Amino acid sequence: MQQHLLKTAVLLITTVSVFTGCIKKLDLVPVNDITADAVYATALGYKQALAKAYGSFALTGNSGGGGSPDVSPQIIADEGNSDFLRLYWNLQELTTDEAAWTWQNDAGVRGLKEMSWASSNPIIAGLYYRSFFQITVCNDFIRQSNDSKISERGFKGNDAAEIKKYRAEARFLRAYQYWVLMDLFASPPFVDENAPIATGLPKQISRAELFTYIESELKAIEPELAAAKTNEYGRADKAAAWALLARLYLNAKVYTGTEKNTEAIANCQKIIQAGYTLHPTYRNLTIADNHLNTDENIFTINYDARYTQNWGGTTYLAHGPAAVPGSISGTSGNWGGLRHTQQFVDLFPDASGNTDTRAQFYTTGQNKTMADLYVGTDGYSSFKYRNKTRTGAPAPNADPNGNWTDIDFPLFRLGEIYLIYAEAVLRGGTGGSSAQALTYINQLRTRAYNGSNAGNITASGLTLDFILNERGRELYYEAHRRTDLIRFDKFTTASYLWAWKGGVAAGRAADPKYNIFPIPATDLSSNPNLKQNTGY
Amino acid sequence: MKLKKRLGRYGLVILLLLVNQLIFAQARTVTGKVTDGTGNPLAGVTVAVKGKQNATTTATDGGFSLSNINTGDVVVFSSVGYNTIEQTVGAGSSLSIALVTAAGNLNEVVVVGYGSTRKRDLTGSVATVSSKDFQKGQISTPEQMIAGKLPGVSVISNGGQPGSGSTIRIRGGSSIRASNDPLIVIDGVPLAAGGISGAGNPLSFINPNDIESFTVLKDASAAAIYGTRASNGVILITTKKGTGGKLRMNFSTSVSASTVANKVDVLSADEFREIVNAKGTLAQRAMLGTANTDWQDEIYQTVLATDNNLTISGGLKKLPYRVSFGYTNQNGVLRTDNLQRTSIVLALNPSFFNNHLKVDLNIKGSAQQTRFANTGAIGGAISFDPTQPVYSEEYDNRFGGYYEWRSAATATGLVNLVGRNPLGLLNQTVNRSNPYRSIGNLQLDYKFHFLPELRANLNMGYDVSEGRGTTFVSDSAASAYAPGGVGGENNKYRQQRTNTVFDFYLNYNKLFSKIKSRVDVTAGYSYNNFLATNYFYASYNAQGVKYPNSDPAFAFDKPENTLVSFFGRLNYTYNDKYLLTATLRRDGSSRFAGDNKWGMFPSVAFAWKVMDEKFLTTSKVFSDLKLRIGYGVTGQQDGINNYDFLSFYGLSSPNATYQFGNEYYQMYRPGAYNPNIKWEETTTANIGLDYGFYNNRITGSIDVYHKKTTDLLNSIPQPAGTNFSAFFIANVGSMENKGVEFNINTEPVKSSTWNWDAGFNVTFNKNEITNLTVVPKDATYRGIQAGGIAGGIGGGFSQIQQVGYSRNTFNLYQQVYDKDGKPLENVFVDVNEDGIINQDDLTKTKSAVPDLFMGFSTNVSYKRFSAGFVLRSSIGNYVYNNVYSNAGNQLQILGNYVLYNASANYLETKFNGNSNNLLSDYYIQNASFLRMDNLTFGYDAGSILRKKATLRLNASVQNVFVLTKYKGLDPEVSSGVDNNLYPRPRIFTLGLNLNF
Repeated sequence: MQQHLLKTAVLLITTVSVFTGCIKKLDLVPVNDITADAVYATALGYKQALAKAYGSFALTGNSGGGGSPDVSPQIIADEGNSDFLRLYWNLQELTTDEAAWTWQNDAGVRGLKEMSWASSNPIIAGLYYRSFFQITVCNDFIRQSNDSKISERGFKGNDAAEIKKYRAEARFLRAYQYWVLMDLFASPPFVDENAPIATGLPKQISRAELFTYIESELKAIEPELAAAKTNEYGRADKAAAWALLARLYLNAKVYTGTEKNTEAIANCQKIIQAGYTLHPTYRNLTIADNHLNTDENIFTINYDARYTQNWGGTTYLAHGPAAVPGSISGTSGNWGGLRHTQQFVDLFPDASGNTDTRAQFYTTGQNKTMADLYVGTDGYSSFKYRNKTRTGAPAPNADPNGNWTDIDFPLFRLGEIYLIYAEAVLRGGTGGSSAQALTYINQLRTRAYNGSNAGNITASGLTLDFILNERGRELYYEAHRRTDLIRFDKFTTASYLWAWKGGVAAGRAADPKYNIFPIPATDLSSNPNLKQNTGY
Repeated sequence: MKLKKRLGRYGLVILLLLVNQLIFAQARTVTGKVTDGTGNPLAGVTVAVKGKQNATTTATDGGFSLSNINTGDVVVFSSVGYNTIEQTVGAGSSLSIALVTAAGNLNEVVVVGYGSTRKRDLTGSVATVSSKDFQKGQISTPEQMIAGKLPGVSVISNGGQPGSGSTIRIRGGSSIRASNDPLIVIDGVPLAAGGISGAGNPLSFINPNDIESFTVLKDASAAAIYGTRASNGVILITTKKGTGGKLRMNFSTSVSASTVANKVDVLSADEFREIVNAKGTLAQRAMLGTANTDWQDEIYQTVLATDNNLTISGGLKKLPYRVSFGYTNQNGVLRTDNLQRTSIVLALNPSFFNNHLKVDLNIKGSAQQTRFANTGAIGGAISFDPTQPVYSEEYDNRFGGYYEWRSAATATGLVNLVGRNPLGLLNQTVNRSNPYRSIGNLQLDYKFHFLPELRANLNMGYDVSEGRGTTFVSDSAASAYAPGGVGGENNKYRQQRTNTVFDFYLNYNKLFSKIKSRVDVTAGYSYNNFLATNYFYASYNAQGVKYPNSDPAFAFDKPENTLVSFFGRLNYTYNDKYLLTATLRRDGSSRFAGDNKWGMFPSVAFAWKVMDEKFLTTSKVFSDLKLRIGYGVTGQQDGINNYDFLSFYGLSSPNATYQFGNEYYQMYRPGAYNPNIKWEETTTANIGLDYGFYNNRITGSIDVYHKKTTDLLNSIPQPAGTNFSAFFIANVGSMENKGVEFNINTEPVKSSTWNWDAGFNVTFNKNEITNLTVVPKDATYRGIQAGGIAGGIGGGFSQIQQVGYSRNTFNLYQQVYDKDGKPLENVFVDVNEDGIINQDDLTKTKSAVPDLFMGFSTNVSYKRFSAGFVLRSSIGNYVYNNVYSNAGNQLQILGNYVLYNASANYLETKFNGNSNNLLSDYYIQNASFLRMDNLTFGYDAGSILRKKATLRLNASVQNVFVLTKYKGLDPEVSSGVDNNLYPRPRIFTLGLNLNF
């Protein structure tokens, strides 16, 4: 009997100690993923978190080629379509005369060119949620790098100064994304670093208020950013902030109803005075070693075939154009997708590229006229983006399979600044001169004409319409076109028609509501504070 | 002659007993032996004296000894699955009894959570299938054996791949986004959700031959003892145990042939040529080949499978044991698919200290050698150009000699982004896996010496598995061809899972005769830990050279979760007629934080054995009648991630870095989180009636239930700017399942030569989503899209989860038809009459979930011959035919770089495809069906080899026929979207079973 009692006691004691031990096991944490305090314990950790704020422009997620997306698959099922650049580019280009995409069954494609999109369109929702992802990441970074956190975590001297610079850059990246949202969706919900995570319903901000916010942010961070041309390659400096301000002011009337051309000119001048010059060869602007073009590039999205792999970005821009052989694009081949409308090709003196070298059209087997919107041979194609170095060799980190590209994407470059300057002067801005504007434009044209003055224009030729066309020639496929056409009131109106605008081969005007994209239905249903844009 | 002799012997015994009684009317010890009907000893039989505290159980040799017995005492012999026998003690001191298998199984002991009970004492909705009623034939995964056998339980195989799993739904499933899979417990070891790398179906490791019974706990009062894991019901699997007694061996072997029963209807080469010549461009016409290839014939094959099992059981002195070995080798009807499984199972069931300590040791081990076919070939075979040959000598037999689409413009010589030769995909991909799994437990059940009513039960179990394998794609394979050669793939994968379980409970069970009450109380503790280790590897080319910078961010990850539970159960029986069961479980989960960590799950049930009331005991019609009423709350925490409650930063892989200066930085991404996440909760009310007529020749039950799930774990859109992901998991919404289950089992003919039994069950279930939004019933909320459609990139969705509708309700445009009933392409009903066809015109129609499903099984035997079949039917389930919609249009043929074959549906619709046709409700088809799962014949050869052995021969056909209106390959598609299903084969099996 005693023996049994003893046995029972031992059993009970063992059991009780196992119980308590086990309950502790209810507090489990992941092995590889770490908490904020662990990430931000070192200056390197800060830099790696900052790398996400930047890298979100280039990549689809945390795994090269896909597998760990930033944007939920419920928004975009195919991760390769979910990076910032491809989404933004598609909305800025596929809706215009510059580009059409062949594969109509790809989610969200049908309706873009035809100007009949709805609030459920996955490309529209994709860009919206991509921008908000980047804003939320920046907010987090800004929160984690406020002065008290920096001192709490014991950073001093150089480290503290560097982290503050990171913080200013994160504010720049956030301002850029808000500019995108303002341009595309007019009045998105607004959250800054003070907004809570995992709770709350953000309120919409009016387009004009958002304009003021972006302007004030860019001005506020200017002193904290690195001087122009002094930061590491790929990171924003003062010139990047000026360039965004210049773009913001140029379009101010669209956003606020008030022209701000004088301010646009002032910011262009700051950039020009900082020592940027045009890169001598236009065709080297969008190739594998364009990171060498520090003379002209102001701010780029960086890609590398070995280190920054994804199916969007410049991989898309090099593979996407229909029919272009891999031997020309420096890739494994083309995806048969992107073509130009004939109206866009006609902006150039001829399609050969022998006159204006900016014309980089692939015409073999292609019909110039886009008789059918969804046929890969209708419309000339483009080889503007080529994954080759200026010597024609593969990039040092080139992908042996020819999938990924090394081409950096110029988000801001001097060419655009010259065009902003000229347009702002033409629109009545002060502080610059028409003569200077003409000089800048002719510098662009001389480069385009391979150093020849044959393409130069005279003062009388420098009109607003010329500027729009010149922007088309200089900046096509660099994600500017929709914004430009809206500023010139040619996006939805009958004043400029291109093939398949409005859904017909000859083109036709569309409802002016299409100047602004709809707030995605998904967000409307999850946030009762939101009001849909007019007409959707 | 014999009879006379026996009578004589019995007469002598009776006489002696009488004499004994007269002479020795005093307390004494009685010994004896209990055997089964065939003379084998029965261990573990309870031998008790009626009205006294005097009881024991039989030892392995069937023997027992009872002291303090008086003449006239009534000794009760009871055991699992046998009729209880009461024997009055006569004058002798020896009692030997043969127990007879129980009819109607009412005395059958049923395993319930943390214990067992007699079937007649059940208060909840519990259903059991034992081995004699299993589906027969070549079955590679155990759950298939109960398909169609139980009301309320739907088992749909995920396709015809050897070892592939099934979708099991008990009473419709209780969730939308979290898991709808029931909890499966094998011999007291709860399995973790999900499979392992290289073996997607966890049950495929269990040799079906080793399973004794399946018990399904359907309502909350039965399942609530499993707390947060019980919302989708619980399946308890019990494996066969050692029997004790003399050595017995069983050998069974079978050989099967599997054939493809049905192919997808595509255009023939000639039809295809005609269309391309009529409608294609010059370039496309030039692409046409001269062959007539049926690609489906090329990739499918008729194959053989073998299955062998050897079981040895008996008792080594006092140690009952069972050892079984199994080896099965099964080929898939898709070429290159192969599954070999070797399994060993050991069960030891000794008792010590005069049966006070019972020990149950079960160890199961199983190793598989698998080659997975590249199932991409299934879709490939439907769409690859039928005018092209299988092989081509062009390009000097590059690409393994297979015909491929070639291009002079690419560095590889192949057209980019087009389908590759289906046979090449199969033969040039070698995905081999060698997963193993071992499940074991040691259960100690100790009946206290000083208080025999009290038992302590300790169960320690483990479930360890490892999956590892290699995917090799030949360097010459077109699917992974690199410019200049040395592409291909040679990638490893590996995963380990270690799950541990520790349960301890005390059970007090006592009959208080004076107040006619039996009290049975259980209180316990359970600890479950689920730890996985996932290994990550770089990518390698076919020669084993690493692709540059393909290293993963981490070498491995160890996701883990723990569940700690306290549970209690009270069974109170009054007068053996009124039964009350109450359970309570408190669960702590590592998946939740703060106040949400712990949850409480109660249940209560009441049963009334109407049959035992006086007014029925004498009935000649009724032989059983019991009313059950139950209510309870269960939880659900499966199907979500382990660490969603807190924000963690994840590091990007080395090929997803960002360049600053000349350095590339791996990025830290903040993860989305929800600090308030908790389990979803299901309350179930159940009313049931068990009945039996004519001495239980007719038995069955009817159950009516109502399940309501609240706080649904759902992936919902986060207001933009408020989280690090657009969608994240949160507890929002509610859903209901209402249903009726009915089953009837009959034995219309029962004689010494003819026997016929039949069973039928039917389940009606109505599922309805009742809320999905934070602000309840927000009418502006469009619902959650589901049922992804293949076609284009991220083609779209065919279904929606919306308030007021069943889960997976189709949500598509209403097709407009011409006067001949032909669909008009891209003409849809403008439901809101606003002049445009957009998302507002999508219409919710049918659902992929059936209204009712049925099963019918029957067996007939005449002398040594027997035959039986199983029918299964499902009514009111619809399927979106994605093969028709994606491949049934002209764009499929002519709208790509190269030519693709189309579904024969193109000939009916003549759709161009340049439209929204993917979203047409034309493609929703009625997939109600009647399927004969199984047709079996058996012949009992009886004793052979000079009566040293018995032999049984059997033959069966599986998947005999399907009657359906559905026009695709197979109407059974649990997701409701039919896209390139692995065809379920028709299987012919011959087998023999030898006992010696």
